[in-house]
Amino acid sequence: MNLQSSDFELFAVPEQFAQDRAVLDARWKELQREAHPDKFMAQGTAAQRLAMQWSVRINEAHQRLKDPLKRATYLCERHGAPVNAENNTAMPSAFLMQQMVWREELDDAKSIDDLNEISTQASFAKHEALQQCEHLLDVQHDYAQAVAQVRAMMFIDKFVRDVQDRIDEMELAGKGQ
Amino acid sequence: MALLQISEPGQSPSPHERRVAVGIDLGTTHSLVAAVRHGVAECLPDDQGRVLLPSVVRYLGDGGRQIGWDARAVVAQDPENTIVSVKRFMGRGLNDVKDREKLPYRFADAGNGSGMLGLQTIAGEKSPVEVSAEILATLRYRAEDTFNDDLFGAVITVPAYFDDAQRQATKDAAKLAGINVLRLINEPTAAAIAYGLDNASEGVYAIYDLGGGTFDISILRLTQGVFEVIATGGDSALGGDDYDQALADWVLAQTGVTAVSAGDKASVKVAARTCKESLSASEMIAFSSMVAGAEVVFNVTNTQFEALTSALTLRTVQATRKALRDAQLTVDEVQGVVMVGGSTRMPQVREAVAQLFGREPLTNLNPDEVVALGAAIQANQLAGNNAAGDLLLLDVIPLSLGIETMGGLVERIVPRNQTIPTAMAQDFTTYKDGQTALALHVVQGERDLVADCRSLARFELRGIPPMAAGAARIRVTFTVDADGLLSVTAKEQVSGVEARIDVKPSYGLGDEQIARMLQESFATAQDDMRARALVEARVDADRMVLATRSALDADGDLLSPPERKGIEALILALTDARASDDAAVVEAATKALAQGTEGFAAMRMNRGIQQALAGKNIATV
Repeated sequence: MNLQSSDFELFAVPEQFAQDRAVLDARWKELQREAHPDKFMAQGTAAQRLAMQWSVRINEAHQRLKDPLKRATYLCERHGAPVNAENNTAMPSAFLMQQMVWREELDDAKSIDDLNEISTQASFAKHEALQQCEHLLDVQHDYAQAVAQVRAMMFIDKFVRDVQDRIDEMELAGKGQ
Repeated sequence: MALLQISEPGQSPSPHERRVAVGIDLGTTHSLVAAVRHGVAECLPDDQGRVLLPSVVRYLGDGGRQIGWDARAVVAQDPENTIVSVKRFMGRGLNDVKDREKLPYRFADAGNGSGMLGLQTIAGEKSPVEVSAEILATLRYRAEDTFNDDLFGAVITVPAYFDDAQRQATKDAAKLAGINVLRLINEPTAAAIAYGLDNASEGVYAIYDLGGGTFDISILRLTQGVFEVIATGGDSALGGDDYDQALADWVLAQTGVTAVSAGDKASVKVAARTCKESLSASEMIAFSSMVAGAEVVFNVTNTQFEALTSALTLRTVQATRKALRDAQLTVDEVQGVVMVGGSTRMPQVREAVAQLFGREPLTNLNPDEVVALGAAIQANQLAGNNAAGDLLLLDVIPLSLGIETMGGLVERIVPRNQTIPTAMAQDFTTYKDGQTALALHVVQGERDLVADCRSLARFELRGIPPMAAGAARIRVTFTVDADGLLSVTAKEQVSGVEARIDVKPSYGLGDEQIARMLQESFATAQDDMRARALVEARVDADRMVLATRSALDADGDLLSPPERKGIEALILALTDARASDDAAVVEAATKALAQGTEGFAAMRMNRGIQQALAGKNIATV
């Protein structure tokens, strides 16, 4: 075990998409109990630096493992199918159509209820994409196909964030209640 | 077997002695210091039995100053030289201070060479950092008098929503006050420690913290001694002061009176505060203040007060909803809501929170003291006084960190609510052939435009080897430590060259400014500084020896006999060096031991991680 070990090795979980969030969270806390800089306050700067490196590494792995999108991206990359989100934005036309419909609904939304409804729809679509992703990664081991699902989820995630931002704006403008 | 150390009579520090470690709540209106004594955290009183220290500093013409109750008593007489609520100015520029004309101070626009505003007083221009340092030093002396011993270190609390500049300013103030900062922790998290440990609570809790000048909301999960912050939110410029101001403005508008002089402005604010505090207990109170030599009296009812401050209360409710959304939790999943901060005494605030969560908030703790108590518990553990303690704080960064890209847009690098410590990297490249430098502007905030975010610092990376445009790969790493403070490093990946970084904090003090203030302050005259350096070096040496010995006891089997001998020789060398009167000699020997045990520390860390994975902990091995 060292700082270069994979997230899965570090957390001692199988290298696959399906993960139990409760196990990940429990491991995270067990590991931080050993490595957090607070535990090494009285042990000099060298120990502090080392603790900081480990603690950062454990947090990084936890962030990546607990988020399905990041976890899927990481798995694809480890199996030679990088997602390259910034360079490769080609998506199936049906998916792009769906996106446009959502974007229009978002523009037309007048209340927080409208926005919550859109958010629910998008979350459902994400859930479906996640299930397909799990099948591609853990059963078929088709990492190239999984990359397409990961990109779709990235679009959906971005959309969900935009919906949340609109909810925040509307609340601040006092239209919410 | 290690030799037992026996210190000379009257020479205090034996390494096994308890270290004086305190928690300090540096508040907008009041500050407190607390410590764990006989296993219980308690606030330390002054010589008149008062635990609260008003966060008020008055500068006098003869170079002296009054701090606390004495200063607060004369706010209206000497408003220009009596600084109240200085916390609102920490890490802030002149343009950040809203309603400047309503305040009695003579502001100086960054005359001290930093972007942080200054305050003109009879004793010269003062940075908010210096004013805060006076308050911190007062609490430090109180703690040292109480224990009749030097302070080992302190945990200082900051609002969870404080940005990097505000945190750094707080740490700088502690440095000026001669305090070793063990950690900066967030106020609501500190409150959660005090509350959670007291009540043996498990589950999800919301901490609603409305102080004199800041509002924080934190959502935490408590499990077996782990305090995990899930999301945090707030407003670092919203607090009881704003309720006072709203009341004062309204009464003046109703009576057609205007407060012009600095004295009038100060007395109107004092009157508003008194009126607000009485309204928490009764239905109607007379607001009474002297303005322009005449008495202004006006009856205010609770209903009126509530109406004219409802917009302020609503802002806290909105921030709370947002934090719950960030945490992806609903109000039903929250086990309890803990109220912190003196401003939560206002009935309309309690009602608004009760309505939002559909349950009565928990108010059984003293809202003024709970933050300092939690900080004291954490300080006690960090100082190593509580070996059995298994308290672990996993806090988050409250605001996203990013950098300015083309067109004044923000590229987010560390998202908000990420658990700290954390490090995130981003690659950049050059724009022109042969370019050897790159300018970076670091900002904090959630908006997409740089102009809407908080400027933290500008960095210049120099020494990039000349290459064709776009060929360089400069990896810039943002590291946020356990105090929530940012540092930045950069490396050109192709050549491996480490770029030099020049930091220009936008609203902070540079290292040389801190050094100058240290020189100027009375507490650190030359001799004093040398003596303190020696004391600190010896404390560090003792700490290092103790830590190494306990490491050898626990994990000595990891070492080969020659390795162990080498380390023991270094320990002996350090215990010898400790007797020296030269701080540099002690420091050098401490450093040698630290370097000589680096490999051992790495082996121990690996063992710890392995044991955590095997589901065991050291206690059971």
